[in-house]
Amino acid sequence: MVERNVTYLKALSEAQSEEMRRDERVFLLGNDVRSGLFGTTKGFVEEFGTERVRDTPLAELGFVGTAIGAAMTGLRPIVDFTIASFVYVAMDQMISQAAKSRYMFGGQVSIPIVFRAALLYGGANAAQHSDRPYPIFMSVPGIKVIVPATPYDAKGLLKAAIRDDDPVFCFEDSSVWLTKGNVPDEDYVVPLGKAAVKREGSDATVITVAGSLLHALAAAEQLSLENGISVKVVDVRTLVPLDWETILEAAAATGRVVVVDPAHRTCSAASEISATIVEEVFESLRAPVVRVTTPDIHVPFSPALEKTIYPRPDRIVQAVKRVSGQDGLRR
Amino acid sequence: MVRSRRFEEIVAELASAGEITGGVHLSIGQEGAAVGACMALRKDDYITGTHRSHGHPIAKGADMGPLMAELLGKRTGVCKGKGGSMHLADFSVGSLGETSIVGSGLPIATGGALSAKMRGSDRVALCFFGDGAANQGAFHESLNIASVWKLPVIYLCENNQYALSTPAASVISVANIADRAAAYSMPGKVVDGQDPVAVYEVVAEAVARARKGDGPTLIETKTYRYWEHAVGLRLAYRSADEISIWRTRDPLVRMAASLAELEILDAEVRELEQHVETEVEAAVAFAKESPFPEPDDVFDDVYAMPITGARL
Repeated sequence: MVERNVTYLKALSEAQSEEMRRDERVFLLGNDVRSGLFGTTKGFVEEFGTERVRDTPLAELGFVGTAIGAAMTGLRPIVDFTIASFVYVAMDQMISQAAKSRYMFGGQVSIPIVFRAALLYGGANAAQHSDRPYPIFMSVPGIKVIVPATPYDAKGLLKAAIRDDDPVFCFEDSSVWLTKGNVPDEDYVVPLGKAAVKREGSDATVITVAGSLLHALAAAEQLSLENGISVKVVDVRTLVPLDWETILEAAAATGRVVVVDPAHRTCSAASEISATIVEEVFESLRAPVVRVTTPDIHVPFSPALEKTIYPRPDRIVQAVKRVSGQDGLRR
Repeated sequence: MVRSRRFEEIVAELASAGEITGGVHLSIGQEGAAVGACMALRKDDYITGTHRSHGHPIAKGADMGPLMAELLGKRTGVCKGKGGSMHLADFSVGSLGETSIVGSGLPIATGGALSAKMRGSDRVALCFFGDGAANQGAFHESLNIASVWKLPVIYLCENNQYALSTPAASVISVANIADRAAAYSMPGKVVDGQDPVAVYEVVAEAVARARKGDGPTLIETKTYRYWEHAVGLRLAYRSADEISIWRTRDPLVRMAASLAELEILDAEVRELEQHVETEVEAAVAFAKESPFPEPDDVFDDVYAMPITGARL
């Protein structure tokens, strides 16, 4: 199999261009998609023209609703929000229209639409530009949610999202934008709703959301070398629907579980995953499930403050030691 | 107009009797605007509606049986009992659905128009919205998008003078909502909503313009609802005199008078009314005889490509 080594951003770009070539109903709209702000639509105008690569007025509510109307009537739009916080301006259309219309209209209509947004945290952009809002959408039935962490998954999941007949929200973790990975030359998709075991291990299980996968892999390596703890790492990849079969099996296999999620702690994806693990495989657990998340505070501007708040390898190491009874605390 | 009027009169009875539950917003008095507008459309053109929208799919040609069954929450309802009075939709006649979030249908209709244009179809989209929606940001954003992209869309405001109980004149910065069209470089027309023929003519012109690729139009129909905002409410914000004055301009009465002037026999009008009566009775019988949904149906139609996991 011929493979190429590409960045996460290049993988997202390829997913879109390949799907736009495959299906003429697919088109892009959003602010500055023609100039390609983050580089995922470079060269698109030249290949696909301005009809299918649409710069919109700066009006998220209006252009999201317009895209939904287009999706209801035969097209397959990809809406680029650029930065995730901008979705708040469009929440009425996202929730009352995109998510609910199919159900309220008794299945008369499908809404094949993809929303893309960058999780731009960790870059000194302060509270309004650094959100990780995917848990909000996990509590809105009707929208599927993907959070790829690698170039392979980003390309495969985004292609699957574009082919899906429901609204899919793709949250793209900017902390892994420039990481590289192999993608095959031939067409492939990563099906929605399938988690992936990214590292095998037998002593503890770390379940990751979005870019926290890389921190978990670093932590697992350190724990193996320094503490002799063998860590299984599972990337959920999709948040709606969650792959409970893989997650629960991995949790039960070691009975010691840490869930890592860059979202705010309360009602995070990690909270939902932890609760379900406790509900479903309690008998297999050998320690309380521990979450490693961002605390319930806003993202501060100063890099000196910001770098402390997100899940990092050292916090994951600490959490794994805790569920393994190796944190030095007597219980 | 007679269909819509009789349908809603029966709905009022069923709602008052508790047979129709939830919020029910009647458009009795506004039929001229809805019917005049839809007469200018083809069946494959798109419409979007509001919380006060029983008449819109009827005017577009929808079968009244499934509409009535929907209001009664039946499995045979046009939305299988999932939408109810405020969220009717009948895609078979181009009704892309109604929305109970004021103003949120404006971008959807804009999208229907974008899609028609991009697919090379000559369909148009017509968006019904009220005076209240004209103050939403979605109004501004939609009209601006439609204008810069020259989309085949008609924004048809049914200005019934009140946003629930708030007088339009007290919260709108211009004398006519249609005056705002100037800000979007599109034609803005004001028309008497109690005169369906006048509405038809103005909308037909806008539809022709849209089909030619000349872009959107904003039309404001001046109209009135005789009933309260919703069945069951009793708020004191309108005088009895005001309601009686508008009743003298009733679109059905005026249409009957016009037909008489044209020497269309009274007997033919009576025959039409009788025919509609039979249709509405059949719709009610269909709705009442239809079964309620089964408990498991609650899980259906969240997704087109279903996922597992939703459970009680």
